[in-house]
Amino acid sequence: MSDPMRIRAQAAGGNATIRVLMSHEMESGQRKDGNGKIIPAWHIQDVTASLNGKPVMTAEWGPAVSKNPFLQFTIKGAKAGDKVAITWKDNRGESRTDEAAVT
Amino acid sequence: MSCLNSQATAMMCPRGMTARIQIALTVTLFAWAGAAMAQKSSADSIAEYRTMLQDGNPADLFEAKGEDLWKQKRGPKNASLEQCDLGKGPGVVKGAWVELPRYFADTGRVQDMESRLLTCMQTLQGFNAEALAKTPFGKDEQNNVTAIATWISAESKGMTFNLSQSHVEERKMYEVGKRLFYLRGGSHDFACATCHAQDDKRIRLQDLPNLTKQPGAANGFGAWPAYRVSNGQMWGMQLRLNDCYRQQRFPYPLFGSEATIALGVYMGVNGKGGDATAPAIKR
Repeated sequence: MSDPMRIRAQAAGGNATIRVLMSHEMESGQRKDGNGKIIPAWHIQDVTASLNGKPVMTAEWGPAVSKNPFLQFTIKGAKAGDKVAITWKDNRGESRTDEAAVT
Repeated sequence: MSCLNSQATAMMCPRGMTARIQIALTVTLFAWAGAAMAQKSSADSIAEYRTMLQDGNPADLFEAKGEDLWKQKRGPKNASLEQCDLGKGPGVVKGAWVELPRYFADTGRVQDMESRLLTCMQTLQGFNAEALAKTPFGKDEQNNVTAIATWISAESKGMTFNLSQSHVEERKMYEVGKRLFYLRGGSHDFACATCHAQDDKRIRLQDLPNLTKQPGAANGFGAWPAYRVSNGQMWGMQLRLNDCYRQQRFPYPLFGSEATIALGVYMGVNGKGGDATAPAIKR
């Protein structure tokens, strides 16, 4: 079970700045454990953001993204009260969705 | 004295030699000035880097997890930590951290935040505090302790340190902490004071806080728990001190040991009046 994301969405000047912190190991698949065995890759592959249910951004992520990644982007035309939902899906097929209202 | 020695006077040396020495000295001076400039800007760059990261500090994730854990009914007694007394009365979290470590009458000893948390987890939730203290950092329940500690510290963010020295045990621990701070030993003949008792010391390119006085003491002590970007781990003060001792090639003090708590008292009291910045973000 994964921990919730922290989403902050602030409206300013007709746009909204979205800042997301995700809790994920983001194991690159390049590291070895204490016994010299490769730790299998485990990272987020797909990120989607939607505004009031309508997709506004999709991203493909790979093993180069850091552990507990931080994502920031702007949604044009988003107003206070709008709902922003973020979903990530990792290479193990796990996924998580969290939602926040624009303030 | 020889002509190669920079202290040699011109009188003792052939003309050509003196000139060469002068050129060498000039070059050295330039190199020094260059290093000083680069030094300043690297410190600035690190500060800038921290500010940029501060906005997305993953410590927030641990903070949220810690708050959840505090309120969750857990452990053999299936109870929450909401009645935990961190020194300001049962359940008072705000402002508790800037007054820790302090003396607790119920346990009869001075405790820091993390060791006090273990006491609460034992008395309220029925966990075995001794077993928790022995759990390696980053494993199982120890992760939860760090997360809760992160949340507790965050509740005092921006407040000023004000550790009590009114109880005799608190004054004793300050004295013990001070002696430990200056105690040299281990294979490298190191003390905390070797790196942290003077202004403007650096390790690699990082500035080291002078923990014997302000503002260094609060800058150092008040920043942990902190998220370390380089290894993606959340570190509490107990782990911070354990790692200091590892770098000194000392044996590891145990989690919540008298030694680490005494050092906490020493740094905390020295940091009186300074701001609590934890949970911070570190390189």
